[in-house]
Amino acid sequence: MFKKTILLAAALGLIFALGAGNAQAARDYISIVGSSTVYPFATVVAEQFGKTTSYKTPKIESTGSGGGLKLFCAGVGVEHPDITNASRAIKSSEKEMCVKNGVKEIVEVKIGYDGIVMANSKKSAPLKLTRRDIFLALAKEVPDPKGGEKLVANPYKTWKDVNPSLPNVKIEVLGPPPTSGTRDAFAELAMEAGAKTFDWIKAMKKTDKKAYKAVCHTVREDGAYIEAGENDNLIVQKLEANPDAFGIFGFSFLDQNTDKIQGSYIEGVQPTFDGIAAGDYPVSRPLFFYVKKAHVDVIPGMKEYLKEFTSEKAWGPDGYLSEKGMIPMPDAERKQYHNAVENLTPLMMK
Amino acid sequence: MGLAAILASLAFLSLLFISIIGKGYTAFWQTYVRLDVHLSADQLDRTELETADYPGIVKKTLRSMFPEVKSRGDKRKLYALISSGAAFQIREMVLEDPDLVGKTVSVWVPADDDVDMLVKGHIERDVPEEARRLTDKQLAWVDALTGEGRVEKRFNRTLFTHGDSREPELAGIWGATVGSFLTLAITLLLSFPIGVASAVYLEEFAPKNRWTDLIEVNINNLAAVPSIVFGLLGLAVFLNFFGLPRSAPVVGGLVLTLMTLPTIIIASRAALLAVPPSIREAALGVGASKMQTVFHHVLPLALPGMLTGTIIGMARALGETAPLLMIGMVAFIVDIPGGFTDPSTALPVQIYLWADSPEKAFVERTSAATLVLLAFLIVMNALAVVLRRRFERRW
Repeated sequence: MFKKTILLAAALGLIFALGAGNAQAARDYISIVGSSTVYPFATVVAEQFGKTTSYKTPKIESTGSGGGLKLFCAGVGVEHPDITNASRAIKSSEKEMCVKNGVKEIVEVKIGYDGIVMANSKKSAPLKLTRRDIFLALAKEVPDPKGGEKLVANPYKTWKDVNPSLPNVKIEVLGPPPTSGTRDAFAELAMEAGAKTFDWIKAMKKTDKKAYKAVCHTVREDGAYIEAGENDNLIVQKLEANPDAFGIFGFSFLDQNTDKIQGSYIEGVQPTFDGIAAGDYPVSRPLFFYVKKAHVDVIPGMKEYLKEFTSEKAWGPDGYLSEKGMIPMPDAERKQYHNAVENLTPLMMK
Repeated sequence: MGLAAILASLAFLSLLFISIIGKGYTAFWQTYVRLDVHLSADQLDRTELETADYPGIVKKTLRSMFPEVKSRGDKRKLYALISSGAAFQIREMVLEDPDLVGKTVSVWVPADDDVDMLVKGHIERDVPEEARRLTDKQLAWVDALTGEGRVEKRFNRTLFTHGDSREPELAGIWGATVGSFLTLAITLLLSFPIGVASAVYLEEFAPKNRWTDLIEVNINNLAAVPSIVFGLLGLAVFLNFFGLPRSAPVVGGLVLTLMTLPTIIIASRAALLAVPPSIREAALGVGASKMQTVFHHVLPLALPGMLTGTIIGMARALGETAPLLMIGMVAFIVDIPGGFTDPSTALPVQIYLWADSPEKAFVERTSAATLVLLAFLIVMNALAVVLRRRFERRW
């Protein structure tokens, strides 16, 4: 028994050592990490790429934008990912981390836009909101409704309290938790923009940036905003069950469920494909991926994958990514990034 | 009181099963469309069969079936009725039998997931056009195809033979099943011998002192540690320190070994403890050495209990996702893993990924995959019960 065990352990150890050695020495598939928002789009490209070329299908992990950049910037070499997807631009602190670990040349590729929608069940009427309404309804602290430049804990209970033109319905919003990139983007694009409509809060940005951020980005915790987890399908199901509730999620989920839910108007624009593509819908954000230039000639298929992603049949207005709910970029921007990929123009790493 | 509690839990359990089965059973069928594809020699150069324009052939077939469709937008909508997998299916067919070139063949190809949802009744027809994924024209085309007997629901073999895909009609759980199998193989190979050996040592040979007490307390504590912690440990030790590849079943198996070891050790010790002292005394009495007593008499009698504990530990490992998240096994992987270091996922991970996909057709596939996982778990637990029944000795 003991002998057998020892033999087995030794054999296994040998397998690991050999296997690990092989896997490290050469990787014949592309390794991609990053944002869960870009994941549904990147996977479509990867699958298409795997089926139409002789290369293996890239492996795509959904780690979130921040987690992806952390892995991406850990170093150069086959054990580190080649590409990271991000639903926001790389931060200067992340660039520093990259440079520190020897990742000196990275190529930034913007792939398109994603709209963030506030939707409710089709059983009730769509809401016509402004970003100021959103801020007042969802922030933890809001300007005193009695006037004066002072913040009070959010007193609003119904949408009518926020804005008399809105229906008399309890504020109940299901949204992503703080770890989510969607939440960050929503706070920045909808709530911060709404907060800025108060001149004295806008002035705070210059005097006390930290307090300004706290005011704009802190979501109320008294039960009106319900953290519903990262699963957007679940939010859609909950909205169906509760016609008074609203949900916050990416446009692709609205696009797939148009029979059950509808997007709220924000600043008079409904979140439709055309509205977001034209730039009229205010709560939309760019999506990116970052490529490690040092890996392009090492990992087989990198160039072809980049070519597939930046081809018109993928990211163009009629491409297969738009069918999955990604909003394509205008022609000029597409051309600019297409050239950046072709020449592998690295990002300035200051 | 106790009866009420059992009834309540049974009610919840049956509710769970009914909801999963109710949602999931339709995923075992998939809508197929019959196309009469003319593989014309003009389009298929025999020397370049690999790279021929197969999507173009599918499109041409569709155009010839609906010659009245002229505008570009309408054509796009027409092409959208058939899965993008149709072209690959025809490609494989032609590559297998190049003599097909020049002939017209009748093939059943998967319909797009929206058509599938329509046929299965998940898309309502009587809502306004803009509120559904299929336009009025597309509905008319589907009806025309159905009228000609070209639409049929067939057993969804793809679900059991393919890897992951972003197109629901092409997605399958085979890749994840193989990944789970490879991971569990490593887990079993490592955790069973190590677990049994440690249990035998601790129970039969180790002196009772402060050290063994400390070890015992630690093993009991480890059994209660949340599984994600083992994932973090795996990330730090196996990936960062030993440099093993990310997303590989080897690492998954190692991490799950760490997780199941305490369970197996505790179960094995209990099994050893259940062997009556009279057996040991009798063996020692007829002159057997300590080694012979343990390995010839005690261990064989304790083995059924140990196996039961191991199988239950394995079943828990099969259902685990949290530790796999940290070591990169939560990933989109299309190719079926061929070895212990190939990137792969596991069954519960596949369920998690599908549950998060926007396409409606993934909802039923999520439930179907859950059913398969549940079936595996039930089989493993049943095996544990059967083994116990067959080999257990009562004293």
